[in-house]
Amino acid sequence: MKLFLTIQRDVLKRPLISQVVLETGVMINVERAHIDSNEGWVLIDVPENEEARISSRLTELGVQVKKLENAVVHDEHECVECGACLSICPQEVFSFDQEFHLVIKEERCILCGQCVCACPHQALSIRQ
Amino acid sequence: MTKSIEEINLKIRDGNAIVVTAEEMPDIVSELGEEGALREVDVVTTGTFGAMCSSGAFLNFGHADPPIRMERIWLNDVEAYAGIAAVDAYIGATQESTTEGSKYGGAHVIEDLVSGRQIELRAISKGTDCYPRRTITTELLLEDLNQAVMVNPRNAYQSYNAVINRSDRTLNTYMGMLLSNQGNISYSGAGLLSPLANDPTFNLIGSGVPLFLGGGEGVIVGEGTQSSPSNGFGTLMVSGDLNSMNPDYLRAASFTGYGVSLYVGLGIALPMLNVDTVKNCAVRDEDLITAIVDYGTPRRDRPVVRTVSYAELKSGHVEIDGELVRTSSMSSYSHARQVAHELKSLVEAGSFTVALPTRRINTGKRSHPMRETRQTPRIREIMNPAVVTITEDESVKTAARKLLKGETNHLPVIDLQGKLVGIITTYDVSKSVLLKGDSLKVSEIMSKKVVVVTPDEPVDVAAQRLEHHNISALPVVDSEFHVIGILNAVDLGKLFSRRWQP
Repeated sequence: MKLFLTIQRDVLKRPLISQVVLETGVMINVERAHIDSNEGWVLIDVPENEEARISSRLTELGVQVKKLENAVVHDEHECVECGACLSICPQEVFSFDQEFHLVIKEERCILCGQCVCACPHQALSIRQ
Repeated sequence: MTKSIEEINLKIRDGNAIVVTAEEMPDIVSELGEEGALREVDVVTTGTFGAMCSSGAFLNFGHADPPIRMERIWLNDVEAYAGIAAVDAYIGATQESTTEGSKYGGAHVIEDLVSGRQIELRAISKGTDCYPRRTITTELLLEDLNQAVMVNPRNAYQSYNAVINRSDRTLNTYMGMLLSNQGNISYSGAGLLSPLANDPTFNLIGSGVPLFLGGGEGVIVGEGTQSSPSNGFGTLMVSGDLNSMNPDYLRAASFTGYGVSLYVGLGIALPMLNVDTVKNCAVRDEDLITAIVDYGTPRRDRPVVRTVSYAELKSGHVEIDGELVRTSSMSSYSHARQVAHELKSLVEAGSFTVALPTRRINTGKRSHPMRETRQTPRIREIMNPAVVTITEDESVKTAARKLLKGETNHLPVIDLQGKLVGIITTYDVSKSVLLKGDSLKVSEIMSKKVVVVTPDEPVDVAAQRLEHHNISALPVVDSEFHVIGILNAVDLGKLFSRRWQP
């Protein structure tokens, strides 16, 4: 399960994720991160059954935690199911079913935005 | 056994024709044999739905009062060709908006018209005795036009190369985003459903044959531009009335870093007249072979990496050098199917009859490259052969001296054999002096990753390379990596500014 963490300036310099890993013993996979002078965000992947524990501990440490859901916005009217998005997504979010209809596994999305540029019909956007 | 076109049309009109799609046909032939399939099936429908850049429409707007002979026309800020009398224009699919660039173009104007949306026309003229008016601006709907005839010079490619990118930079092309270092493969075409894949001999497909175009009924004009059936790259010129079309089968697209194109749904119904026509429609994706070419080489003749079947391309992965590379299609297979099924329903309902070509397409034709009477300048012609170099063991101080004396900002660094091993710039030298004084050796501060050109490359390639790497000079090296010159952005700039002057 993917969690989107927003970290405010006051706690930005502390090794929060390491701390939570050590305390809980849960392996956290950092998939993307962006830090600037004011705030930062980190996208992490955690085991489904440990989500509650990780979320509450991070919240206690001053991190804003949001479950990443419906990250990929797919405009079904614009999409023609060409498949331009299939091979450029690093997480293999997009695939075809047996009938060549587009299947989107948005729980895999890491918000890289590559598909937004690659879609010739401007049918994809990323909600953050 | 043979069947006549009249016999088949009679069955269509009576609603008794047996129609199947080109996707169903191979299994029918396997099961019943060719003779059996011929007895059973009357019509095979094909379909394709992909980016067809070479598309557009002739529009007639009617006369204004006072009348104007429109010399330049913009439709929603997209220029249409107006050099055809007073109130006619041709809107090309790839023409881009003067205000919105590649986000909106001729293809969008066509889609907007077909979708019933209003478009703005602006035009200018010098004014004549018979056409005194000089400017006009008005809003129009498709129904306000006298004619809106789609004429696509090159559609329905018989086959198309798949593409890969072996360079170290992501490329944005009309075949979509091509990841660096053969990160993906992009292809186009519906494989066994493609119209020309089911009639590679052009026995049934030719001038005057009706077709499904953009949701309406159109007609094949004849050979498409750049058609090259002798080597498997035949194309068709097609035409149809925009008023009969439907935005489900006509969709504007914009490719990042490339521009605008129009996705066209196109299908042809093939009458099963004899065993040969049946055999041709029994083609499978496994039989349709195309080449994977490397778009990392920015030249006309691009290296072929390997050949591949449509079956492999559609599987989602193709093996290249022992690695599975993911594939993307630029055309839509689900929509191509929809075209073939829609056409099948039309034939079954008796509202779409078949016809034989009134004129055959020349299957011996092969398209050739452009005759160029003036070769694009090569690097050799504009490079500076008096290049100042430095060896890697020399001091930064010597480098500074050479940079000053040579009035250059770039010093290629060579080893004892004279081979290029690095490059240093005025910036590198200044930085090193500030940090460490002038005690260092050239090899300690040089950049080892040097972007180079060879003397026989065209200057346009060098211009692209400078831009992509955001640098201002390129060492010119021979096949042994000896530095034989240097190319400065300034020299290139002078050349390009001269080139387009009359």
